Amino acid sequence: MEEKQVPAKRNFLNIFFEEISRSSLTIIVLAIFTGLVLGGILAAATTKDIYEAFDESFFVGIKESLKFIWKTYSSLFLGSFGNPSKMVSSFFSGDSKAIQSAFKPFLESLVVTTPYLFTGIAIALGFQAGVFNIGGEGQLFMGSIMAAWAGWTFKGLPPIVHVTLALGVGILAGALWGFIPGWLKAKTGAHEVINTIMMNYIAFNLSEYLIIGPFQDPNESFKTRFIEQSAHLYRFFEDPFRLHIGLFLAIAVAIFVWYILYKTTWGYEFRTVGLNPHASRYAGINSSIITILAMTFSGAIAGLAGAVEMLGVNFRAVQSLTTGYGFDAIAIALLAKNHPLVVIITSMLFGFMRQGSRVMQINTGIPIDIISILQAFIIFFIAAPAIIRTIYRLKETKQTDFTPQLSGPGEKI
Amino acid sequence: MEKSTHTKTKNFLKDDTKKTRQRVMGIIFLAIGLFIWFVFSQNTPPKAQTIFVMTPGGSLVISPDLKFNSLLMLNILAILCLSSGIYQFLKGFGKYTNIVIVLVGIMLTISFLAWGASGSSINVVGMLRIMIMRSIPIVLGALSGILCERAGVVNIAIEGMMITGALVGAIFGSLYGLWIGAVAAMIAGGLISIVHAILSIKYKVNQIISGTIINIFTIGLTSYIVTKILQEREWQYLNESGIFMPTSIPILSKIPYLGPILFNHNPYVYSMYILVIVMTIALFRTRWGLRMRAVGEHPKAADTLGINVFGIRYVAVILGGMLAGFAGSYFSLGSAGYFNQSMTAGRGFIGLAAMIFGNWTPIGSFGAGLLFGFAESLATNLALLRFPIPSEVLLMVPYILTMVVLAGVVGRSRGPAAAGVPYEKESL
Repeated sequence: MEEKQVPAKRNFLNIFFEEISRSSLTIIVLAIFTGLVLGGILAAATTKDIYEAFDESFFVGIKESLKFIWKTYSSLFLGSFGNPSKMVSSFFSGDSKAIQSAFKPFLESLVVTTPYLFTGIAIALGFQAGVFNIGGEGQLFMGSIMAAWAGWTFKGLPPIVHVTLALGVGILAGALWGFIPGWLKAKTGAHEVINTIMMNYIAFNLSEYLIIGPFQDPNESFKTRFIEQSAHLYRFFEDPFRLHIGLFLAIAVAIFVWYILYKTTWGYEFRTVGLNPHASRYAGINSSIITILAMTFSGAIAGLAGAVEMLGVNFRAVQSLTTGYGFDAIAIALLAKNHPLVVIITSMLFGFMRQGSRVMQINTGIPIDIISILQAFIIFFIAAPAIIRTIYRLKETKQTDFTPQLSGPGEKI
Repeated sequence: MEKSTHTKTKNFLKDDTKKTRQRVMGIIFLAIGLFIWFVFSQNTPPKAQTIFVMTPGGSLVISPDLKFNSLLMLNILAILCLSSGIYQFLKGFGKYTNIVIVLVGIMLTISFLAWGASGSSINVVGMLRIMIMRSIPIVLGALSGILCERAGVVNIAIEGMMITGALVGAIFGSLYGLWIGAVAAMIAGGLISIVHAILSIKYKVNQIISGTIINIFTIGLTSYIVTKILQEREWQYLNESGIFMPTSIPILSKIPYLGPILFNHNPYVYSMYILVIVMTIALFRTRWGLRMRAVGEHPKAADTLGINVFGIRYVAVILGGMLAGFAGSYFSLGSAGYFNQSMTAGRGFIGLAAMIFGNWTPIGSFGAGLLFGFAESLATNLALLRFPIPSEVLLMVPYILTMVVLAGVVGRSRGPAAAGVPYEKESL
């Protein structure tokens, strides 16, 4: 009756592209485009020269605005990727110094991307199992500060052991910060969103106490001591370049999480609980355990983000109010439709924009904060694709998007 | 017949959990009593005196200070806590349990102060006055959250609406005066909440995602405006609003002790009192409030009865946003006199915590807001008095308490059933 289907051997790239196109790529591209347009309008509207040009005549105003927006986004691009012509010419000249300086923005963007990638995977993993981990920020703080503690407390260890130990301590701290809300949700039905927000503030206060208290550098206030040389993550280049092995660790984690989620029974159970916790219980899946595990793993990866950032870039934990990673990670995960491999791309989008915005601020005087505004616009359109469909008169897609069901507050699972 | 046995089992189960909860409460009271006895009393020299100053700084009405023997006071309080613990464990206070919890909490606080300030003095009235001021944004934020969640829409964007209100209040306050500033902040909060309403009610976006979008957007936009415009010298006049001055209420402010604490403040405090009362009446004594609660608990049933679910939700979310904007304007117009990017510092989220702690009721949230405000007020005083507890640990207490309450270990806090669930009208 039917032809025997020969499952085509699908390689990694095939699956990768298929997943992207399946996740309604057009909407995503249009969302990013619309966000950029709105951001450009905002940038032009808050610049004095543009108003002067509009005073002259309407067309000059429009021309100047377009020019300004082009300048803004091109310096954003140059700041994040570097100058392509410089890259090519330096490559041919063969001068290693020139090559390095031409590729510096690109490499720095990769450094900035690393924590976004980790936290993005963490949040995406939670979403897949139906838990909303809004506490990435606190988990990252705890991971960072506890890894710092491990970084200076143990002395004379071989680097590989010391780095592993410090990362492990960071992972444990983050995992604990994720486990508590997960456990509370599974056992008492307390909503994880509220509890992770509470855990965030507990983490901020705790780390503040530790940084200005017992962990403080004797010579410098509001910062912890520096970690031992043996706990530094491996760096690929000489000093001004900060690219460290953390990026590859993050990519490895992304692939690992993808493998677990899509290729193992465990991952299948994770996703089933995410799609419908009640149905999964009838299927014999212990959804309480899955919820606890998902929150714990999510917290562990966010803790790893903090640990890697500290061991690879700063070498000490610094007091700060927030870093914004926890919230940006939600945007990254949503943009990637919670697919761990797509997170690699969306986190690069965020990391590169962040890095490039510094150059943009110097060139055009547009503050770095425009990146947050752009991000908000982009997830706004991703979250409500109906708006994008209305603007661009797109037809409704037949196939429904995969959106994990997040259980309501007070719901005992 | 069948029905009655059913209720019986249900009641039996309820009694059983009640019994456990009563025992747990008793053990907690006992533990507090023992804690006061062993930690505070044992570390207090027998002759030491504690002075509670009862006149806030700069006040014209002078009240006499309270002076007492620290150890005696601690022992009395410990015995009171222990005996109420024993009674609670064996018999239970029944419907008075909540009042006793508050009393034991107050006794713990007094003994903490008596011990910490033994041999010196502490300005108790000044501290309580600061407590009221610190609680304003928390309580108003909680009221905003109650409005939204009672109608079935989760709002974690209170923080973002607050920061918008603070900025808009500062700008309009500098240009047109403080009252216009406060009104403008309310309108700004309302406008932002329209976005939340449309996303979560019309487009049925996950409400927490929608809230996150608003938080990212508003924090980015306010910071953008500050760096791009307000920090320029020529625009600096936009960020010099000044603050509302305290006005004392004629007769009430003369009440000894309570007067200076409660009735000698700026208009924000009085509007907080009024809003708490108005909200309580509106929610529990009016038709609108009943409909709103119905929509939050079971929208389908409400819809069947002809209540406009979407309309109620829109109104509630927009009113909530206006309240959050007003709460935000407190930071610039009621406290600092200018806008600063880090001024809200998570107060919107503490407001959410106060809402949960107060079990989604205005009065309860007011109490929770006072408690959290007291923690903040105490934390600032700790540094002055050199208590052996770091202030950061004290500032963690509200969050830990909220988690405990939410988990149902001590009492149970339960939100509206349909909060966070978009309502889908069934088509015929």
